Amino acid sequence: MPWAQTLDQIFPLAKHWLMGFVPFQLRTFVSAVLSVAPVLLVFPLLFAVTTVLERKGLGRIQNRYGPNRVGPYGFMQPIADGLKSLTKEDLVPRDADQVVHLLAPIVLVLAAFLSYAVLPIGRNMVIVNLDAGLLYFFAVGSMVELAVFMAGWSSRSKYSLLGAMRAIAQMISYEIPLVLASVVVIMMSGSLSLVSIVDKQSGYTATLPHWFVFTPWGLMGFILFMIAATAESNRSPFDLPEGESEIIAGYYIEYSGFKFALFFLGEYLGMLATSGLAITLFLGGWAAPFSFLTWVPSYMWFFSKLLLFIAVFIWIRGTLPRLRMDQLMNLAWKFMLPMTLLNIVAAGVWNLMGEGWGRWLVCAVIVFGPFLVLSGSLKKRQRLQMRTYRYAE
Amino acid sequence: MSMVGVGILQGLMETARNFFGSYFDKERLTTIQFPEERAPQIEASRNFPFLVYDGDDWQQGLRCVSCFICEKECPPKCIIIEKSADKKPDAVGKPQFYPAEFKIDVSVCMSCQICVEVCPFDAIKMDTNFEQGATGRFDDLLWNRERLAKSNDYYHQIHPTEAAAVDADLAAARAKSAPKPVAVQATPTLDGRT
Repeated sequence: MPWAQTLDQIFPLAKHWLMGFVPFQLRTFVSAVLSVAPVLLVFPLLFAVTTVLERKGLGRIQNRYGPNRVGPYGFMQPIADGLKSLTKEDLVPRDADQVVHLLAPIVLVLAAFLSYAVLPIGRNMVIVNLDAGLLYFFAVGSMVELAVFMAGWSSRSKYSLLGAMRAIAQMISYEIPLVLASVVVIMMSGSLSLVSIVDKQSGYTATLPHWFVFTPWGLMGFILFMIAATAESNRSPFDLPEGESEIIAGYYIEYSGFKFALFFLGEYLGMLATSGLAITLFLGGWAAPFSFLTWVPSYMWFFSKLLLFIAVFIWIRGTLPRLRMDQLMNLAWKFMLPMTLLNIVAAGVWNLMGEGWGRWLVCAVIVFGPFLVLSGSLKKRQRLQMRTYRYAE
Repeated sequence: MSMVGVGILQGLMETARNFFGSYFDKERLTTIQFPEERAPQIEASRNFPFLVYDGDDWQQGLRCVSCFICEKECPPKCIIIEKSADKKPDAVGKPQFYPAEFKIDVSVCMSCQICVEVCPFDAIKMDTNFEQGATGRFDDLLWNRERLAKSNDYYHQIHPTEAAAVDADLAAARAKSAPKPVAVQATPTLDGRT
C-alpha cells in the first residue's frame, strides 16, 4: 500500500524535502534542528496532556470529577497551570547556593531531553542511531540523580536534603535492576543500538509479533524493568523522595514558580523516556501488534503504546500506597537484583537450547520458580505484639 | 496465595471498578459542583455577624441601641460603633440611642459569635452567607451599617428556630414594657409579625 508507506514516512520525507532548500554549508546544523525541534515540541505537549489525564484519572479512581473548569472538560488546565507558574514569584532561599540552585532544574530537564536522542519513535524516525544507544540512554539517565542532588544540596533545607538523600539511595539502588533487566535484550538482539533492537522484534508468526515480552525471560525482564523504571522516575508507590506527607516535597521544596514547573516537566519527561525505552526493548518499539495492522503509521503505534503506559502509571499511582524505606531497599536488593540475575541466566539458556517447547519450559521454571520463592520471602512479616503503654492508662 | 502480586492486582481491580463506575453510576460522584449546585443550607452554620432590623425601613427598625458591649467584647476588636446624638424607639418601643456608625472589618472578624452572645437586645446575629469576596482592600472589607443591616424576615429565613424564639422574647418584652393594655393597641408594633 503506497499511501500507507507515504503516511508512515511523512515526517522523514518532509524533512528530506525541506533539506533541499538549505545551502550545503548549513545542512548539518539545520538537519539537527529539524530532528530535535519536533521532540522538543511533542513531548512537552504530551507532558501537558498527561498532567490533565493524570488528575482526571486519579479523580475518577477516587470517585471525583477532577479538573473540569478550564476549557472543554478541563483540558485547558495545563495552560492555566503554566501561566500560573510563570507569573509566580521565583523565590530562592537566602542561604542557598544560587548558581547550583538555578542549574539543578535545568540539568534535570536537559538530561530528560537528551535521552530522547536515541529513542526510535517511528520507522526511520530517530535523531541519532548510536551504536551504543542503550548505554547512552542509561548514561544520560543517571544525570537525573546529579540534578536531584544538586537541588537538594543547594537549597540548604533539611527537607530537601532528606529528600535528595532518599532519592539518591533509591535511584542508585534501582538503576542496577533497571540496567540488568535490559541486559537480556542486549543478549538476545546482539546490539546496543535501539534501532536494531526494534528491527530484531519486527517479524511476525501468523499474526503475532516477535516481541521480546512474549518470552519467559522477556516477560520477567519487562516486569522488572517497569518496577525499576517506576522507582527511577520517583513515581508512586516509590515516591519517597518527594513524599508529601513526610518531607513535604522532598528535594524541590525550596523551588517555586517556573523552576518548580521545570522539575515536574523533567520528572514526566523522564517517565515518558523510560516508558519509551521499555516499549523499544520489550514491546517492539513502533511495530504494530498484529501483522494485519501494519498499515497504521509506525509513530502512531509508538504513541499509542506510550499512552497505554501513561494510563498504567496513573492507575498504579491511584492504587498503591507509598513503600517504607526498608521495604523499598528490600525490594531492590533482595528481590529485584536476584531476579534480574536469574533472568540473565534464563536468557542464556533460551539462546543455547535452540527452537522448541523445551526451552519455554526450562526458562519458565528458571524465572517463575524463584519469583514465587522470593516473593514469599518479601511477604514474611514480623509478628506484631499488642502494644503496651508504660505510663498512659 | 503466596505470590506477591495478587494483592496488587486486587487493588488494581478495585481502583478500576471505581474509575469506570464513576462514569456510569452518578451516585458515586458525591462532589457538589459548587457555583451551579449548592449543598442545602445548614441552620446552625454561621459566618459573619449582621444587624437585625424590624419592619421595612432599616434605619428606623435597627434593633441596635449602640450600647458598645459587643465592641468591648469583640476579641479581635473588629467592631467600630459611634453613638447617635438623638434617640429613636427601639424594638421594644422605648426611646434609645442608635448607632450613627456601625462598622465591622470582615478581614479581622474571626466568626466567634461572641458579639451575638453578649448582645442584650438581640440586635446582632450570625449570617450564613460565606461569599464575601471583594476587590478593594479597604472600603470593601470594612462593612458599614447599611451593608450589615438585614431584615428580621431574612433572619427567619436562615435561622427559623432561633428567630422564632427571639420574636417570642421580644413580644413578651413589648407586652411588659407597654404602660397600659390600651396602649398596646395604640402603638403600632414595628414589625408586622408580633
